[in-house]
Formats: sequence, structure tokens, C-alpha cells
Amino acid sequence: MTGTEVVAYVKRDCETCVMVQPVLQQLLDAGALSAIVSQDAGFPELDSETITVDDTLERSWTADIETVPTLIKIVDGNEADRTVGWHRENWTAITGVPELGPDLPVMRPGCGAKNVDPDVADALAAKFGDSTTSSRRIDFAELEDPFEAMFDRGWSDGLPLVPPTPERVQRMLAGTSRAPDEVVAIVPPNLVEASVEKVAINAVMAGCKPDYLPVVLAGLEAVCNDDFNMHGVLATTMGVGPVLIVNGPIRRELDMNSGMNVLGQGNRANATIGRAVQLCVRNLGGGRPGEIDRSTHGQPGKIGLCFAEDEEGSPWTSLAEARGFDAGANTVTAFCGEAPRIVFDQMSRTAEALTKSIAQVMLGNVHPRIIGMDSILVLCPEHMARFVEAGWDKERFETELRGHLNIEVDTILRGVDGIGEGIPTGLGLEGAILPKFPDGGILTVHSGGPAGLFSSVIGGWVSGPMGSVPVTKEIVR
Amino acid sequence: MSAPAGMTVLDPTDETTPQQRERLARPESLAGLTIGLLDISKPRGNVFLDQVQNRLLDLDAKVIRYSKPTFAKPAPADLRHEIATSCDAVIEALAD
Repeated sequence: MTGTEVVAYVKRDCETCVMVQPVLQQLLDAGALSAIVSQDAGFPELDSETITVDDTLERSWTADIETVPTLIKIVDGNEADRTVGWHRENWTAITGVPELGPDLPVMRPGCGAKNVDPDVADALAAKFGDSTTSSRRIDFAELEDPFEAMFDRGWSDGLPLVPPTPERVQRMLAGTSRAPDEVVAIVPPNLVEASVEKVAINAVMAGCKPDYLPVVLAGLEAVCNDDFNMHGVLATTMGVGPVLIVNGPIRRELDMNSGMNVLGQGNRANATIGRAVQLCVRNLGGGRPGEIDRSTHGQPGKIGLCFAEDEEGSPWTSLAEARGFDAGANTVTAFCGEAPRIVFDQMSRTAEALTKSIAQVMLGNVHPRIIGMDSILVLCPEHMARFVEAGWDKERFETELRGHLNIEVDTILRGVDGIGEGIPTGLGLEGAILPKFPDGGILTVHSGGPAGLFSSVIGGWVSGPMGSVPVTKEIVR
Repeated sequence: MSAPAGMTVLDPTDETTPQQRERLARPESLAGLTIGLLDISKPRGNVFLDQVQNRLLDLDAKVIRYSKPTFAKPAPADLRHEIATSCDAVIEALAD
């Protein structure tokens, strides 16, 4: 396109746009205005064929209009100049017409353009932008209920999903600096590459806010590796699944729950981050119950179990610090766990008594005769207070605890008391004393409501390289 | 004018069309065939497979025994390849 054009962008609900109507007429009379792009039909109230109604806002979006009125000078198809709001000198400079709007003030700021309204901006970006998403678009029929359609396609874990419209996915992707096409994990069991975009789609469906996306990405990375062994975690008939624990300042930024009802319902971040990771395993990895997921009972946390540690309320090192990260680092730790069980002790008043009491519950982890599996111990504040009063740090507590977690093998051999389960005979272990948990097999976390003498234990699956090893990943924004 | 469209969403899956793999034809007889017996290494799986082996030998099949290193993980690729190249069919035994 050759030559010079001048285009004005206006909307009705802007006093400055209303005020400059005589100026627009002046410019039309002078033949100095090529087009008026209006965001409202019937405005401006001028008799001119140059007025175009931008009802889809495509022109406004494409021209990157933030304020109305905006006057743009285009030379040979390229933008040469623009001014926003009313500013007589600038308007004259762009149009070459002197003495514009002699009755008007010298300048007056404009108003926000319709296309930058937060309610429509993402939709316009998804519709008219160079879409950064590359996933297949699926059009539901007009009469199809989108919520039912998503169930029908097998995307759901059993609960309703938020439809992953291009706008919502675009908005979700703004939650991370990582490129949409970056591969973050190879998801078992089908070993499918998960791009940031695919994770974002599943995070939308799970109900996440964009700010949660970095945690979801780190959580997925934590479960998709040989150490965590997600394939085995799915395939085992034992009712275990990923348990995610979040540490670092991001817990507070996302309003995650580390207090009352921490392992329960009611907090959006806790509920949806864990769910998003599981939806990725389902929809990308193909890990669906009845297929590769062969769990006999499963456990309720397989819908997604994610919680935060109460670091502020604890003088002890956090789980992340215990696993080698700095205090300020944002991390997700993935643990293959069964459903939480309660440590009910309302009577022990000393650190020693409470340690023994907790150990008694932990000796029953999975089964009193099974040793070598890991466990998370979620210490509640009122239990924790006993150890802090006694001057114990985390290391001291775990050492004392382990001292009560040794088992005489002869009491748990197969066949003892007529019970089949236990340590096989013939391994030469008769007479030995063995630890219930392997070294490093107890992950102590401080979380829970301020009142109540109930800690929780989350038992693990087969520990070590033969099963699942807990994995901690740093959260990348 | 096109028909009014419903909602558009982005595909949350890996976008692979599920491939329906054709099953191999059932053998007329097991006589002379080599049957792999894969023990997944769960307790007493060997007891079950011993019985299966006896029945197969009665049918004049040859039997090769295999076992996975751990029931907790998928069979290693080398093991799967060895079974696929050495056997006409495989029986994988669960236990407990």
C-alpha cells in the first residue's frame, strides 16, 4: 500500500472521544482523515462513509490500541506515528491540519480501549493473535453440553472439568515464562512428551489459576522419572499414588493451605495442583484406572493430593531443606503414598512419651510385619510443640524416633502366630533386629491446624530402586 | 452461513489415534510350538507356572522360562525382545 493514511480509533463511552467529534469532522472536511474505526455502532455521530464499526474488535486488537482516541499515521503501509488521547499539537503534527478544535482544551487524556478490557483481552489474543498454542482444536457441537462432552471423551477423573478453551489456555500459559512448546516431562506409561502447553490445558481442566502452573510443571517433572517410577506406581495393585508437598515462599503467594484441614478439601491450590498432575498422567501418559492403573483399592488422594508445609510455625528445617535445598527455594516433593492415617495421641506430654507413641503407630505402617517401606510423618503443631519445648531439633527427633522403630525379626517371620505374611524364613535373619524404615525413609513435615493432637502418617510403597524413590524438584516460574 | 458452532477446546491428550492392533491368529495346536512362561517375580508365581509348564509339556509344546527382575517395574526391553524372538507365544503369570 502506498501513500499516507490517517486512522482514528474511538468509542462512545469516552468523554474525550465525544469531545473530539468536531475535530474528526474538521479533518474529514480537510480530506486529512482516511478512516474512523469505532468500537461502537452509531458513533461518532457524523455523516461519513469512512466510519467502520469494529464490532469484533479485530482491527483495534491488530493495531494494538490501548487508549481511545488514538490517531495513527500510516505511510506506505507502515505505521509512522501515533498519538493517544487529545493533544492538539500532536494531532496537527500527524494530520498537517492547523488550528484543530480551537474551542477545546490543549490536551485531554483518553480512555481505555474496549479491546484491552480484561474480560475480552485473552479471548481476542486467542482469536486474532499468532496463537502460541499448537494443540488440536476440538469443536463441540452447538447442542452438545461441553461438560458432558469432556466426560464422554474420557478426559475426566470422575469430577467435572473446566473446559480448556483457547482463551483459558492462553491465560494459563501466562503463568510461566517457559515456552509453550518446551517439553517438561516424558509421561508414563505411554512415555508421551508433555509440553508446557499440554500441561497448561490439563491445569485449566483441573481448575488451576495461572499462578499455579509452575508448581504443576515441577510436580509433573517430579513424578516422571525413573526414580519416582510412575509406571510402577500406576501398575501396582497396591493403593498408592503421588503425594505432593510444596515448600518455599510460593506457598504463601498461592494461598496454599498448610494449616487446618491441610490434608482435606477446601483450598483451591492444594486441590487443583495435585489434580492437574494426575490429569496429565491420565490424559498424556494414558495412566487410567482399569488399564495400566491396576490398583485394587486405590485411595481418595489419587484424585490429587498436594499440600504445603507450615514453615513459619516450625523452628525445624523444612522438608525441602532436609532434602538439600535452600530455605528460600520453591520446591515440590513427590512421594508415592497410600491414604493418610491418624496418629491419635491426646495424652503424652513429654517428647519421649510422644516419640514412643508415634513410633507405635508407624510400626504398623502398611502391615506390622512388613519392613523397608518409606513414610511421610505429618506432625501437627500441638505434637510438634512437645519436641520444641524439649529443645529437640528435627535431627534429634528423627534419631529418637528411629530408636523405637526396630523390630525383632523373630516376631515377624512368616508363619509366626499362624500368620502367613512376614519376613521369609531361610534368609538367615532369625534372631536379627531390623529397622522398620530404610535410612532416609521417613520424611517429616510440619502441617496442620493450631488445635488438635492428631498427626498423620502417609505410608509408602516399595522403597528404593526396586520401587519408588521420593523426588524433589525446584519450581521454575 | 455456517451452522452455529459450539464451544472450542484444546485437546488435552497426546493426540494419537488409538491403534487397534490385530491379534495374531490362534494356533491350531500347541504341539511343537515354543511357549515362554514369564514369572513376574511375585511370591508363588513359580508354583503356578510349574503347573502350567507340566500341562504344556503334556501337549508336546516346548517351554522356556523367564522372569522379570522385579514385579514393580515393566519388563526390560531386552527381555521382551528375547521372548519375542524365541517364542511363538508367552504366558505372563501374576500371583499372590
